[in-house]
Amino acid sequence: MSSITKETVCYVADLARLYLTDEEIEQMTESLNKILEFEEQLNSVNTDNVEPMAHAVPLNNVMREDVVEESMPIREAMLNAPDEVEGFFRVPRIIEKD
Amino acid sequence: MDILKKSVLELRELLDKGEISSREIVQAYIDRIEKTEPKLNSFVTLTFEEALKDADRADEMIRNKTHTTLTGIPIALKDNISTYHVKTTCSSKMLENYRPPFDATVVKLIKQAGMPILGKTNMDEFAMGSSTETSYFGPTKNPWNLEYVPGGSSGGSAASVAAKQAPLALGTDTGGSIRQPAAFTGIVGIKPTYGLVSRYGVVPFASSLDQVGPFARTVAESAALLSLIAQYDKYDSTSLNNPRPDYLRSLEKDVKGLRVGVPKEFFIDGLDAEVEQAVRKAVKALEDQGAEIVDIELPHSDKALATYYIVATAECSSNLARFDGVRFGHRSENTKDSVTMFKHTRAEGFGPEVKRRIMLGTYALSAGYYDAYYLKALKVRRLIKEDFDKAFTKVDVIITPTTPSTAFKFGEKVQDPIAMYLSDVFTTTANLAGIPALSMPAGLSSNNLPIGVQIIAPSLAEEVMLSTAYSIEKALGSIGLPELEV
Amino acid sequence: MPLEDYTIVIGLEVHAELATDSKLFCGCSTSFGSEANTQICPRCLGLPGTLPVLNKKAVEYAVRAGLALDCKINKFSKFDRKNYFYPDLSKAYQISQYDQPICEHGHVEFYVGGEKKVVGITRIHLEEEAGKSIHSGTSISDSDFSLEDYNRSGIPLIEIVSEPDIRSPEEARIYMETLRSILRYIGVSDCKMEEGSLRCDANISLMPKGATVFGTRTEIKNMNSFRAVQKALEYEAERHAKLLDSGEKIVQETRTWDDNLGITLSMRSKEEAHDYRYFPEPDLVPVILEDEFVTDIKNSLPELPAEKFRRYLEEFGLPEYDAELITADRDLAEYFEAVVAIYNKDYKAVSNWIMGEFMRLMNEQGIEVGEVKIKPEDFAAMLKLMDEGVISSKIAKVVFEEMFNTGKEPKTIVEEKGLVQISDSSAIEQIVADVIKDNPGPVAEYLGGKDKVLGFLVGQVMKLSKGKANPQMANEFLKKALAELSKNQ
Repeated sequence: MSSITKETVCYVADLARLYLTDEEIEQMTESLNKILEFEEQLNSVNTDNVEPMAHAVPLNNVMREDVVEESMPIREAMLNAPDEVEGFFRVPRIIEKD
Repeated sequence: MDILKKSVLELRELLDKGEISSREIVQAYIDRIEKTEPKLNSFVTLTFEEALKDADRADEMIRNKTHTTLTGIPIALKDNISTYHVKTTCSSKMLENYRPPFDATVVKLIKQAGMPILGKTNMDEFAMGSSTETSYFGPTKNPWNLEYVPGGSSGGSAASVAAKQAPLALGTDTGGSIRQPAAFTGIVGIKPTYGLVSRYGVVPFASSLDQVGPFARTVAESAALLSLIAQYDKYDSTSLNNPRPDYLRSLEKDVKGLRVGVPKEFFIDGLDAEVEQAVRKAVKALEDQGAEIVDIELPHSDKALATYYIVATAECSSNLARFDGVRFGHRSENTKDSVTMFKHTRAEGFGPEVKRRIMLGTYALSAGYYDAYYLKALKVRRLIKEDFDKAFTKVDVIITPTTPSTAFKFGEKVQDPIAMYLSDVFTTTANLAGIPALSMPAGLSSNNLPIGVQIIAPSLAEEVMLSTAYSIEKALGSIGLPELEV
Repeated sequence: MPLEDYTIVIGLEVHAELATDSKLFCGCSTSFGSEANTQICPRCLGLPGTLPVLNKKAVEYAVRAGLALDCKINKFSKFDRKNYFYPDLSKAYQISQYDQPICEHGHVEFYVGGEKKVVGITRIHLEEEAGKSIHSGTSISDSDFSLEDYNRSGIPLIEIVSEPDIRSPEEARIYMETLRSILRYIGVSDCKMEEGSLRCDANISLMPKGATVFGTRTEIKNMNSFRAVQKALEYEAERHAKLLDSGEKIVQETRTWDDNLGITLSMRSKEEAHDYRYFPEPDLVPVILEDEFVTDIKNSLPELPAEKFRRYLEEFGLPEYDAELITADRDLAEYFEAVVAIYNKDYKAVSNWIMGEFMRLMNEQGIEVGEVKIKPEDFAAMLKLMDEGVISSKIAKVVFEEMFNTGKEPKTIVEEKGLVQISDSSAIEQIVADVIKDNPGPVAEYLGGKDKVLGFLVGQVMKLSKGKANPQMANEFLKKALAELSKNQ
């Protein structure tokens, strides 16, 4: 694991849809590097032939029957809508302007 | 009578005898909150009007004898637990005005039981923190000393119980967020076995680590609340379907022959001397009651924090992606186009610690780094779990300090992320392994701050965890509750 | 080089919406056409704190599809999060399957110009649908805003990924039609491209004939019909050829098909490499399929189109054209089989009626086989009436249409409308006599040698008899009577 550059921080911020000011990018690069340095200790652990553990419960096959349940009344669905137009959620234009 | 000093089980008796009403109880707590809130800031939202209505309904249930153990007892809920039409903010600007159109499953259970809800408590933003300092609504103070943090992320819930603003509260624990504030405020906090309590409706931080759990002043009261919320939920695919025992019933089981493990890795250099002393005292108390103390090893536990910070941040970077200003929550006014709107909404809505964790998690999952970070962390997680599996063949419970030190002062750690993260060093192992853990008061430090001792048990062994805690509590006695000058 | 000197390499990714009643991870209805945002709940809207629970039927349908496409069904499969931001994606991640899909390594067969073609199926996996964006302008790029409807959000999909085995745009179209036929046969999807329940993205590249290394490929989206798939690929193949001929490189990119202009266009969105950051879905637990579960599904599969086609050739002796047409639709094939189970004298006759009048009336009235009122036994009965000479083929058409519209038995219709064929000799003789009397001119012409006029005179017999005269007899008796006349002249 190597340290993270400002360019990578910008790329990651973009992936995460987070706008960062130049100052924030600097600070973020610094703190992330500190944290990644801390994380380096994982390298010293031998994990050959170890199965990754993504779940903390030994459950499988949890499923439900194909039964229709009542949907939300539209007023409830729109309760927190930042911009509602006639039962739709409105968003600004989807492609970035050139 | 001083209602605020009565335990939940005492209140139950008085309610059942008709010597007191739920309304009186709720009113007493309302008065206390109004007096103490300006100093403490435990709550984000107060729901007094509804609480009194609920109290009246509870009184009706008690009259009709259709009630249960906790009917009529008020409770405070951490503000990441969805409450129907009541603001659920996660102490974030992003959800400042968000009102869920549904109740979390645990809230349904609480409402069904007829427990009036006093309000939603303050927390670290989106449960990310160990001091409640990252809350958008300002920090909560530790009732023992207002210059000190109450811990986090469930700081508000812990403070409310310690300050007698509520007899019971619910919090969530992802890496220690119930146990650490319980230790810092001198009360009991439980992180149940993963899957024991439904997560449906609880705003997630790290899905494979989060659990909802109780805060109470004593072990018995925490057991009563755990019994109520530990129910199978078909709306949560990670919910365990095992039958739940009545956790109150087995409290008095003695500890004769109980094998108590003490892991050497948890008694390290950075551990405060007074904390170590208090914890060893608790261990001795068990020994005196007939328990067998066994030295054990949890060799990978020193990697738990590093493992936790990859797994938790990776999951949270995905869980928090839905906050994009489209369907609910904050939306930026910078709406040139959708991508700009997303970026500025999230920049404005999230605080710096949340952003930091999203960045770290996104990085850990990104192409080229997934194997080195996320996959690696999941493997170390397996090793940590296996350490516990091995240890629990030799012992029935494990005792450790909850935190390396007592509460710290405001501003002391908030600038240095690593320093802040280290306060979770003893608690993250239980979350990674999915096993239950409890923190309870073990004494007071020389500067009058509570010290917590942690009891860890195997999966679904809450009963032995609670009976062990109960024995310690009997032996050590209570440290009392802080006297708040109001 | 002309296009013929290149080998076209095509792979298709097909998404089919599963015909379950409820969504993949919540209980909202999947029915089509409701008012915006009326079929959503906190889960498919992506409200914080909500959790998914897997729909068992969707798993069954995915396994069915896998078995019908000859795939290996993976005992162990799991779900993963595919993370990206888009307004129609309510959680900002799609729950999908990344490295352990439910089915793998299958194949499908079909015929192209009489030759058998086999296309490999790389994998089939389950994933959830996103919502729908309606743009304020005529396309994304000239819209000021978009409106989001999450009714479709969370609907179960299977994604079927083919090997790059397809070698022409026509093959691609036939592949799609074959998939559609199979999926409809096993009842897992209604595959209506016009309703969005079947979608297709294509990958295409060219390499010089004889080469073994694939060229740079481009991805094409937004093809909304089978015809569009073929046309878009034809256009894109030409575009690649032109570029390669002039020595230019193909840019690996995603392009959208514009049906109006008949061209593909580079998609203008910022083309960052899609880093989806797949990781195991923590809110769902793995799926472990027991052998018995899979065997039960295998045993419940109906006869598939390819098998049926072969059987129709062998057992019923139908020509390929007939067999292909009828077996293309399972309901139609089953109807045909129900009829020939009763009427087994002349399979071709049944086929003709089905391909002719039956399908004509269905198309005209816009109804499906399942809604047709004619019971198979009545269909068979009608054919029998024809065999017995009770009705002529022309009258049969009238009867058939009436059966189609009313569902009544043919016998009843014939009686009610008095359509019984006149086969009585004296009756026909009388009509013939009347016609000869009433048409002196044409009769004279016929007797004068104009044989063609017979047709007109037969027509007059039919007219006078209101179509009921047995046409063969009418013809016979008319010729006889005219011959008599001629003799007497």
